[in-house]
Amino acid sequence: MRYGIGRADRRGRADGARARGPYARGARHAPTRPTFPRGMTGCYARRYAPLVTMPTTVPAYGKEAAGRLASMADVTADDGALRRFLHGLPGVDKVGLEARAAALGTRSVKTTAKAYAIDLAVSMIDLTTLEGADTPGKVRALCAKGINPDPTDRTVPKVAAICVYPDMVATAKEALAGSGIHVASVATAFPAGRAALPVKLADVRDAVAAGADEIDMVIDRGAFLAGRYRSVFEEIKAVKEACARPAGGAAHLKVIFETGELQTYDNVRRVSWLAMLAGADFIKTSTGKVSVNATPPVTLLMLEAVRDFHEATGVQVGVKPAGGIRTTKDAMKYLVMVNETLGGRWLTPDWFRFGASSLLNDLLMQRQKLSTGRYSGPDYVTVD
Amino acid sequence: MADRLSVFKTYKLYVGGKFPRSESGRVYEVTDSEGNWLAHAPLASRKDARDAVVAARKAFGGWSGATAYNRGQILYRVAEMLQGRRAQFTAEVAAAEGLPEAEAAAQVDAAVDRWVWYAGWSDKVAQIAGSANPVAGPYFNLSSPEPTGVVAVLAPQESSLLGLVSVIAPAIVTGNTVVAVASERAPLPALSLAEALATSDLPDGVVNLLSGRTAELGAPLAAHQDVNALDLAGADAESAAELEAAAADNLKRVRRPAPVDWSADPGTGRLLSFLETKTVWHPMGV
Repeated sequence: MRYGIGRADRRGRADGARARGPYARGARHAPTRPTFPRGMTGCYARRYAPLVTMPTTVPAYGKEAAGRLASMADVTADDGALRRFLHGLPGVDKVGLEARAAALGTRSVKTTAKAYAIDLAVSMIDLTTLEGADTPGKVRALCAKGINPDPTDRTVPKVAAICVYPDMVATAKEALAGSGIHVASVATAFPAGRAALPVKLADVRDAVAAGADEIDMVIDRGAFLAGRYRSVFEEIKAVKEACARPAGGAAHLKVIFETGELQTYDNVRRVSWLAMLAGADFIKTSTGKVSVNATPPVTLLMLEAVRDFHEATGVQVGVKPAGGIRTTKDAMKYLVMVNETLGGRWLTPDWFRFGASSLLNDLLMQRQKLSTGRYSGPDYVTVD
Repeated sequence: MADRLSVFKTYKLYVGGKFPRSESGRVYEVTDSEGNWLAHAPLASRKDARDAVVAARKAFGGWSGATAYNRGQILYRVAEMLQGRRAQFTAEVAAAEGLPEAEAAAQVDAAVDRWVWYAGWSDKVAQIAGSANPVAGPYFNLSSPEPTGVVAVLAPQESSLLGLVSVIAPAIVTGNTVVAVASERAPLPALSLAEALATSDLPDGVVNLLSGRTAELGAPLAAHQDVNALDLAGADAESAAELEAAAADNLKRVRRPAPVDWSADPGTGRLLSFLETKTVWHPMGV
């Protein structure tokens, strides 16, 4: 049973995203559809032809994604169309969403499954330090921890990325050289996002020039809440362009919504679609700098938006809950939600991340418990 | 007046300043010395023990950093709270241990006195366990006692209240935090003591009380890497050896079980068991 987008929702969306989905009777697929001989085989072949010719999944950061998004250009053409589309998205069933998120949090993950989930969660962490007091030494120490989370156990996987402020990107890049760990940099006047667009873009270009592999941008919540969707859309597009490297390729773009400031679940669904239409490679819940951070219902809602966007366009977008995820138990709940909503394809560091700092230590302590049979303590993991 | 239904008390654990049921949802039957049912007590699991250690570790910084004066005041207040509920504890001890009321009351009074006695030690222990060491140079060299950390206590089996107080109070007065496993057969006075502790300004998590099978809870506590000391007062001889071996892994301080007359003068032995000595050189005249 799926909450959030139910049957009523689908009816309400008939003229929206759905009609432009892979099953739409557009001219796009017609020329490539093969012809089949008569008879039973032909009958089945015709029935399943739409499935066979259904667009294959493409990653949001790939070249093909732009073409897929262009097929949605009519809804993003102007302010009015975008507003009609976003407000045409079905409303969120708050009670159902929260019940579904709570129900998915009750799964019991034990023994070998738990060991697998712990290692998976470690490999999905964006190990983060975003403090005014960050020093090059602290960033280097964090990078060393990312490469080798538990110095006493070399079988622990490395983390996915180290997330720092733009001025620390060069330091982190140097410390991580050859490790395969990405450097993620927050940008666009993180965390408030209150700066002029040229300043934000300069911030992004600086980080990319310093070698950032991933850019975590914040949206302009003021503009979004005031209903200026088009300006938020344009800003994300501009930042995505600024992520391109002169030598080719581009830094991956994560778009932070700061869901704690968006007031309603409806807004979270709208902003998720808005960001994905604008070309986000990842959508991220929070900065970790406000009192309400990632919560299971909000994350579930974003996962559902990613699922629906993928169904409609074939573009695969990643999700990153951030802030407030401190225990192994919390992390397991999120992994269960991803698997139940998006399936195993998303259960990799390429498509799901945890923005966290203290989560890693709890995962390591749980891992030590599993491998030794004795409960571990904070004395046996590093402080930062 | 119409007959009213009596209200049965649900005995619960005391972990981190809260009164949770066992996470396992289990309970066991507690009877008096003649086998009559008294209540169901929570049958704590190893996960409750783990949660209790986390709570004790969290409380350690604040409690060990509190002034000795403040700790003494709080221990004294525990005595006050216990005194105020003397009748209830007398009845519970009498039922639990099969004592006549006068003897049970004497146990409760002794427990109150024990809190007062240990409360007085809070600002005196440094004088007997510390020293200013003579050195051949123009320096000070000072040794001072510091709390060991989280102490896991298996409370005495035979003395349900006085015995428990006699093992908890010496550990916490010096700044340690405690995870105590109550007497397996007679846990009710211990679980009621938690209510007195909770209303004594004792910070959450300084004392955590579990009821259940001593053997089941002793093993994970003895092996726990975040427990710093182990008081085996309530362990039997053969399991004590096993627990001591498990405790050796992270070099826990271990106090072995020994026959004790809990109503006698306790002395400072237990008080000094869970201390570390910090010695500092202090250059003079700089």
